[in-house]
Amino acid sequence: MPTYRPCGTRNFSYKQDMAVVRTPFHWTVLTAGIVLLFLCPLFLSGVMINLLNYMGITIIAVMGLNILTGYCGQISIGQSAFMAVGAYTVAVLCKYFDVSLFAALPCAGLIAGIVGVFFGLPSVKIKGFYLAMATLAAQFIIPAIIAHPLEPITEGTESLRVPAASIGGLSLSNPESFFYLVIPITVMLVFFAESLSRTGIGRAFVAIRDDDLAAEVMGINIFRYKLTAFFICSVYAGIAGGLWAYWLRSVNPDHFNLTQSIWYLGMLIAGGMGSIIGAIFGVIFLLALDHFLVDIALWISTLFPAFSTSTGIQQALSPTVYGLVIILFLIFEPRGLAHRWNIIKAAWRLRPFSY
Amino acid sequence: MALFFQFTMNGIMIGSIYSLLAVGIVLIYKSSKIFNFSAGELTMCGAFFMWTFLSAMELPLFLSILFTLLAVGCVAYIMERLAIHPLIGQPLLSILLVTLGLSHMLNGLAMFMWGGYSENLPRFLPGKAIFIGSVVIAHDLLWAFIVSICLLILLLVFFKFTKVGLAMRAVAEDHQTAQARGISVGVIFGATWFLAGIVASVGGILLAYRLGVSQFLSGVSLKAFPVVLIGGLESVGGAFIGGLIVGILENLAGGFIDPWLMEVTPYIILILVLFVRPEGLFGLKRIERI
Repeated sequence: MPTYRPCGTRNFSYKQDMAVVRTPFHWTVLTAGIVLLFLCPLFLSGVMINLLNYMGITIIAVMGLNILTGYCGQISIGQSAFMAVGAYTVAVLCKYFDVSLFAALPCAGLIAGIVGVFFGLPSVKIKGFYLAMATLAAQFIIPAIIAHPLEPITEGTESLRVPAASIGGLSLSNPESFFYLVIPITVMLVFFAESLSRTGIGRAFVAIRDDDLAAEVMGINIFRYKLTAFFICSVYAGIAGGLWAYWLRSVNPDHFNLTQSIWYLGMLIAGGMGSIIGAIFGVIFLLALDHFLVDIALWISTLFPAFSTSTGIQQALSPTVYGLVIILFLIFEPRGLAHRWNIIKAAWRLRPFSY
Repeated sequence: MALFFQFTMNGIMIGSIYSLLAVGIVLIYKSSKIFNFSAGELTMCGAFFMWTFLSAMELPLFLSILFTLLAVGCVAYIMERLAIHPLIGQPLLSILLVTLGLSHMLNGLAMFMWGGYSENLPRFLPGKAIFIGSVVIAHDLLWAFIVSICLLILLLVFFKFTKVGLAMRAVAEDHQTAQARGISVGVIFGATWFLAGIVASVGGILLAYRLGVSQFLSGVSLKAFPVVLIGGLESVGGAFIGGLIVGILENLAGGFIDPWLMEVTPYIILILVLFVRPEGLFGLKRIERI
């Protein structure tokens, strides 16, 4: 994504040119934002904190997908299956081995990463929807393997209970304390993704996305970078899945279905592919929409009592609106909310002139 | 051994329905290079419309089948006009994702219209189960097989001898050349989707007769995707063979090894095919240029 710098902003050293956070104003906003985020539990209700926790977990999953799909251009509709791997890793480690949080989460990431690389292997030969199909296969095969051959360990389609996360004897069982686990990890992983997109690896991903043949001619080892992208994406998914297990305190193969994976892709589209801030916007926008749709659905059902008894309006409204959002974004704003955000920023900077 | 033949026979019959669903996807891919992820939902819509016309409105069988085909055809046509058409010329990824969005939306709309219940179609197909030695062929499966084969032959004839069919093939070959020869690419796209909707709804009726009418059908019809890739994306005949392969193997795996494999086998075959022969059994290998 091109970054247009306002006129008058000059760099006097390479260090200044390469900085992630560039101006004092950036620093102020960033610090204030993070401080405000961490103070959230003081003034928000438990329900909202829970929603924020869910958003944090989803941001991690979507950020992984953003690296794979947004930067590297490989479509994956199996993200939630890789989350399942992470979630079950955490659940099993906690249940049978009583492993602590700091060991379980990296394990979840690593194992999900390895599984992700396996399902990414076909990407050597194929791309586009062929690859989408390979990940679709992962979406069906992984939960089935968890539910059936691994049944003695995972208790199959029964939910596997997960003990509450704890750090040094401090139990993180309520949303407020769990918030302080999820949000730092989310911030860290977002920062990692932002940094990654600026390294050689990130540039190679973008080159592969824009034209994989041209990238190969320019000396980028496509095989290696595609698998790296799959690995990083699945590590993110695995960590998100592990946090999910701690968050929900129980895991079930049915939680990680195709619909969930499509939701993640949709959030990425709504936010803007290949943009860090976009992925965050997309998650917040769609999850908030979903959250308030519940209220709207309740409101509709009071208006039409006869209508609501025969159909679960709530259940029906969510996928309809959601599908509509994806379609409308793709038709009218394919670059997503991130693009809107840039336009707003530019307008603010150039005020009072229009350009 | 009798069991083996039984499972194989079931596989061939079920596989023929999968082939039909796969052909719906191949049709669209052939003419516009768009991979339609909402095919499963079209199938589901077919089943629901059939139930509405036949059970809820109690129309005669012939009329309800006709109305179902038209209704789903129209749904597919409207989808193409409103969502796919504005995106022509956009990257493949966007169009793929739009069809995913459409599938989600159709699911929600179906839930609005018909609720989350599962229903059964009345038993309208005549005939009884047939015994060949110890192998039983259920009459609904036999019907499914016959209808699928007939429809496939009809489609082949349609593509070979009718003007619209030939135009569709021309568009599949090259949009610009087709346009230069006086074929309206936009109209052909619409017609293709309409046709694909009809094919999907036939598959939907056949599947629903056996499995019941419910949201679950869209998941079953997802198996058409492995079928398409196994057969090769551009080949109607390949889709047919692919359907049979998937049907037979999933029944054998489900019957002899473990029932849960029934749901997963198509995807395992898919992964293997992607590893070994990504273009499918009858697909075309494309050479790319920069």
